[in-house]
Amino acid sequence: MASVQFKGIVKKFKDNLVLNGVDVDIKDHEFVVIVGPSGCGKTTLLRMLAGLEDITDGEILIDGLRVNELHPSKRQIAMVFQDYALYPHMTVEENMSFALRLRKTDKGEINSRVDEAATILQLKKFLKRMPRQLSGGQRQRVAIGRAIVRKPKVFLFDEPLSNLDAKLREEMRVEIAKLYQRLNATIIYVTHDQVEAMTLAGRIVIMNHGIIQQVGSPIEVYRKPGNLFVAGFIGSPTMNFMTGKLSLQGETLLFTGGDLKFTIPSFVLHDAKKHDGREVTVGVRPDDVLVGRTSDKCSDKVEGVLEVCELLGHRENLYIKVGETRLLATVEAFFDRSPGSAVSLCFNYANMHVFDKATEKRISE
Amino acid sequence: MSQQDAIRRRKRIKYFLIHAVLLATAALFVYPLLRIFSVSLRPGDKLFSTDLSLIPAGATFIAYASLLRDTMFLRWLWNSLLITLATSFIGVSLASTAAYAFSRFRFPGKKAGLILLLSSQMIPAGMLILPLFLMIMKLKLMNTYLGMIIAYSVSSLPFSIWILKGYYDTIPRSLEEAALVDGTSQVGAFWRIILPLSTPALSIAFLFNFTTAWNEYLVARVVLFSAKQYTWTLGLFELQGQYITQWGMFAAGSMLVTIPVLCVFLYSSKWLISGLTLGSVKG
Repeated sequence: MASVQFKGIVKKFKDNLVLNGVDVDIKDHEFVVIVGPSGCGKTTLLRMLAGLEDITDGEILIDGLRVNELHPSKRQIAMVFQDYALYPHMTVEENMSFALRLRKTDKGEINSRVDEAATILQLKKFLKRMPRQLSGGQRQRVAIGRAIVRKPKVFLFDEPLSNLDAKLREEMRVEIAKLYQRLNATIIYVTHDQVEAMTLAGRIVIMNHGIIQQVGSPIEVYRKPGNLFVAGFIGSPTMNFMTGKLSLQGETLLFTGGDLKFTIPSFVLHDAKKHDGREVTVGVRPDDVLVGRTSDKCSDKVEGVLEVCELLGHRENLYIKVGETRLLATVEAFFDRSPGSAVSLCFNYANMHVFDKATEKRISE
Repeated sequence: MSQQDAIRRRKRIKYFLIHAVLLATAALFVYPLLRIFSVSLRPGDKLFSTDLSLIPAGATFIAYASLLRDTMFLRWLWNSLLITLATSFIGVSLASTAAYAFSRFRFPGKKAGLILLLSSQMIPAGMLILPLFLMIMKLKLMNTYLGMIIAYSVSSLPFSIWILKGYYDTIPRSLEEAALVDGTSQVGAFWRIILPLSTPALSIAFLFNFTTAWNEYLVARVVLFSAKQYTWTLGLFELQGQYITQWGMFAAGSMLVTIPVLCVFLYSSKWLISGLTLGSVKG
């Protein structure tokens, strides 16, 4: 297995700047998920590593070796494509052994590797079938099997689950996690689905507009999003944002935004004087909007009106309007109030995020 | 129950109508062939008979025998076969690679090239006779197989390129990319992935090249001038004299020349079944 380094990667399609100075170090045996919305440049970055896309500027190193000019097959990588890309005129077995046959690997070796991969992926029954005779999930397994038999230095996954239905996606996600434990390989996985990113990754790289927004472990990027984009992108349901102004009232900071007014303690924002008069966006996850209860580390009470309740089973989403601001709170089922009734809520300080409104960067601890 | 009966009856009527139309069309196409066959079997003294029976009274294969024995028909057939097969293979090889470039690569003049190819198809064949004649003469290839092969290959190239380009465009690029990552070169990906998947389009291009070259008369008339080099189209016209035309032999020859085309059609029909790319991508 191997390490991968992206150094100052720039990609331009004519005048369109797709990637703007991407730097990432991926360690040996690491499972890195690159996540971001459509068009953020994540797939382009992966394709550049695979050698399927030219690099406008910067360099890519695999195990310390510059691979910018290296043919895809010489990079010792294997790629699982979004649309599987199985060769339709070959059987499952031929698909899986294609790369080895090209390299003129010994027949016995080919058979044992295909057999091993087919056993891991439960494909032994389907080896003689054509891709068109398989279901979506089975095709995806074959695509993964084709990567495994090559024993590459790095596995690349390009949105491999996006064509599967929800249930199958869940199953395959677990399969991929198990596969990683078994192979202990370096995996770079691209997705737009933050649930996949959170559940699979050892480290997440969050991208937007061709720029890396944050790199960190799933819990880091969830608990301490570095900017407003990451805060809004990671976590489901999405974070509540409240815009307003900070003002110094004696020694404490007061946030005022429309009808919302609450103090921000010093353990959330140090050095209160520095922030006096600052325009900010305060972010609170729906789980941290406490409805009808208080805690000692909770903000002042805010009064709102319950608009809609969504029962999800064990949880319930409450859409609450406070003045002009609409907030989402997630509470235990069953919330015993009807829409239109007044509710009081407060925000859990322990998980409150404050961002500068202009730079959108995190300023809280 | 009655509603089901009505649906069944409607289905039966539809089925009957479809088959009636198919049978009528088939008869329309087969009838002239049967007439030629009938003429080829007639004895020499009944060539101008108005009898419409398929097997005429006193039917004989004498026209076939004399065609094969007294003329150079087999030689003409051989010439045609040689020129046609060479044209088809060269034409399809050139078209498949050119179409791949048009389908997959970006290069200056790509669009103009495609339009130019298409517009060349709009020029009537007769207008190309003179330039082709001059070209082949300057290449000193008059009255040769090679001259004919070059003339035929280039004239059917634009159509083949368009057909193949259209087909390549439907093959997902990710298949080639997967092959590149697996270890093929760009040429290897074309050879091992794209070509095997394009058999339906390749067969159509091959059939087009084959039938065009096989039935061609005008260019052959201009390029070939010795009876030994004739293709069957020229050869059969040799049977047509100023005062007498040997209709029996003419009909027999016409029947015999359909056999190779029929064989090629029957053989390639299994490749014409498209949908081979089904199941390669997405579910």
